[in-house]
Amino acid sequence: MLLCKVLGPVVATEKHPAFARLKLLVVQPVDEKGVPAGSSFLAVDRAVQAGEGDTVLVLREGTGIRQLFGIPPAGKLPIRSCIVGIVDAAEAG
Amino acid sequence: MYLGKVVGTVVAQTKCEGLGAQKLLLVQPLDHRREPAGGLEVAVDTVRAGRGDLVFLVGSREAALALEPSFVPVDAAIVGIVDSVGV
Repeated sequence: MLLCKVLGPVVATEKHPAFARLKLLVVQPVDEKGVPAGSSFLAVDRAVQAGEGDTVLVLREGTGIRQLFGIPPAGKLPIRSCIVGIVDAAEAG
Repeated sequence: MYLGKVVGTVVAQTKCEGLGAQKLLLVQPLDHRREPAGGLEVAVDTVRAGRGDLVFLVGSREAALALEPSFVPVDAAIVGIVDSVGV
């Protein structure tokens, strides 16, 4: 999983049905000090209600996400990144 | 998933089985500032996107899961047309 900061929401009316009613957010990988550490990407937020500025835990693995969504590992869900936690503290070294 | 801009179309007469009915578009991946992030990609379109549209895509195996049937040899699919990015 990756430590990321939530940069803001993405609004899309026309989208694949799998994304219906899911919050889509722009997130950017950060280090433990909150310094950007990689290119931004998009992640869905299904359960944790993350908001702009939050540091979050992002899962980038489709099979794990299908499991989270209660879909069999061989099932169909075209989602590859999902916010799975809001980080209270992270420390290195 | 990631943002991208549709910059063109791709036509291929000879294709693997499963790829035959798919519309292929040329996409420039973008970051949250809408700056290019990496090189051009060819993606399958599932939302009737067109040239110039800001879209979002899913990559890897999950791209094929956006399609029917899902046993299609693709690794990028356009799964939404973006109205706005609140960054």
